[in-house]
Amino acid sequence: MNPDKPLKIAVASGKGGTGKTLFSTNLAAFLSQKQKTLLVDLDVEEPNDFLFINGTIEKISDQYKMIPLWDENKCTLCGSCSNTCKYHAVVQLGTFIAVFTELCHSCYACSELCPVQALPMQRHKMGKITTIDSGNLTFIESRLEVGEEQAVPLIHQTHDLVDTQYKDIPIQVFDCPPGTSCPVVAAARKADFVVLVTEPTPFGLNDLRLAIETMQKIQKPVGVVINRWGIGNDEVEKYCDQAQIPILAKIPFDRQIAEYYSNGELVYDKIEYITTSLRQVITAIQHAV
Amino acid sequence: MKVAITSTGNTLESLLDQRFGRCACFVIYDTESKAIQFIPNPNKDAEEGTGSASVEFVASRAVQKIVSGRFGVKIEPILDSLKIQMIVIKEPKKKIKDIIKMLDH
Repeated sequence: MNPDKPLKIAVASGKGGTGKTLFSTNLAAFLSQKQKTLLVDLDVEEPNDFLFINGTIEKISDQYKMIPLWDENKCTLCGSCSNTCKYHAVVQLGTFIAVFTELCHSCYACSELCPVQALPMQRHKMGKITTIDSGNLTFIESRLEVGEEQAVPLIHQTHDLVDTQYKDIPIQVFDCPPGTSCPVVAAARKADFVVLVTEPTPFGLNDLRLAIETMQKIQKPVGVVINRWGIGNDEVEKYCDQAQIPILAKIPFDRQIAEYYSNGELVYDKIEYITTSLRQVITAIQHAV
Repeated sequence: MKVAITSTGNTLESLLDQRFGRCACFVIYDTESKAIQFIPNPNKDAEEGTGSASVEFVASRAVQKIVSGRFGVKIEPILDSLKIQMIVIKEPKKKIKDIIKMLDH
C-alpha cells in the first residue's frame, strides 16, 4: 500500500439493518484514539452516523446537480431532446417539454443536441454535505434532499470533496448505503478494502453473497463482520470458509450493545471484546491491502 | 374523443391494469368512431422513468381521458396541465370491454 495515500475502508452490506452504522462509527472512533481519522456517512438517503458523533459543525455546503431548463420562446418542438433522453427525464407533451428533475442524470445530451439552445443547464439543489469536527475524528455527512431519487451524483461529489480537502487524513471510513445497486458501487468505488457487515441468518447470507459478488466485480478485497453472532445458524460461517472470504470479527448478540446504541452511545471503549475485535479487524485490513 | 385504458393484455377480455406507467398494454378507444386499438407499452420494463415515458406515449396520441387503477404523484400534475382527465377504477377484476361499455354510456 502507498504510505502517501490514505487508507480507505468502506463498510457495506447486502442486507439493510445488519450493523453498518454500529460498526463504522465505532471503528472510526476507535481509530481516532491513535491517529487522525475521517468518517464519511455515504448512506445519503438515510444518514444516521451523526446520532453517535459529538462535535462542532465546521461547514454545511449545499450540493447541486445540473438539469436542463426549458426555454419556451426558443423551442421549435423538434423532439430531439425527448428522443435523446434515455431516462425519460425530458419528454415532449404536445406543445410543451416537461423536465422530470428527479430522473435527470445530468448527462447534458438534450442540452447539447438541442439545435436552438432551448435547454440551457441550470443548478438544482439535491442535498448537502456537513462537516463536523470531533477532535481527532473528522466526520462528514452527505444527505440527499427529501424527494430526490438519485444518490449517485451526491456520493461522487462527496468523494471529490474528501479527495481534495481531506486527503491528508491517513485513515478514512466510509459508511455505505445497503444493497448492491449503483449507490453502493459509487460509495465503495474508491475503497482499498470493503468490510461487509452481515447477520447469521438466511437473509443475511443471501444478501451477503450478492454483496460479495458485487464487490468482486469491482475488484475490491473484502472481509466479513458477523453481527448479532449467536442467533440464526452457522451457514454464513460455512459459506465464508468455503468461498475463502475472511471473517474479520464476530460481534455477539448482546443486550448491552443494544442499550448503549439506543442511547446514541458508542461502545468501542466500553465493551472490552469490542475493543479487541476492532483491533483485530484493523490489523487484518492493514495486512490485506 | 380518444380515451386510453391501461390493460393487462391485448383483448377485450383482458383486465384493467392497475398500474399506469408499467401497464402491459394501452387500449386507445375512440368514443365516436368506436375504433379500438391495442398497443403494447414499450416502457413497461424500463428501470426508471416509466411514468413520464407513458405520459409522453399517451399524450402523443391526443387522448383526453385515461382510465387506470392508480396514477403516481409526479404524473398527476402533468396530466392536469395537459388537461387529460384521470379516471381511477379501483376494481382489479374489471374487463376492458366493461370499461368501454361504461365510456359509451
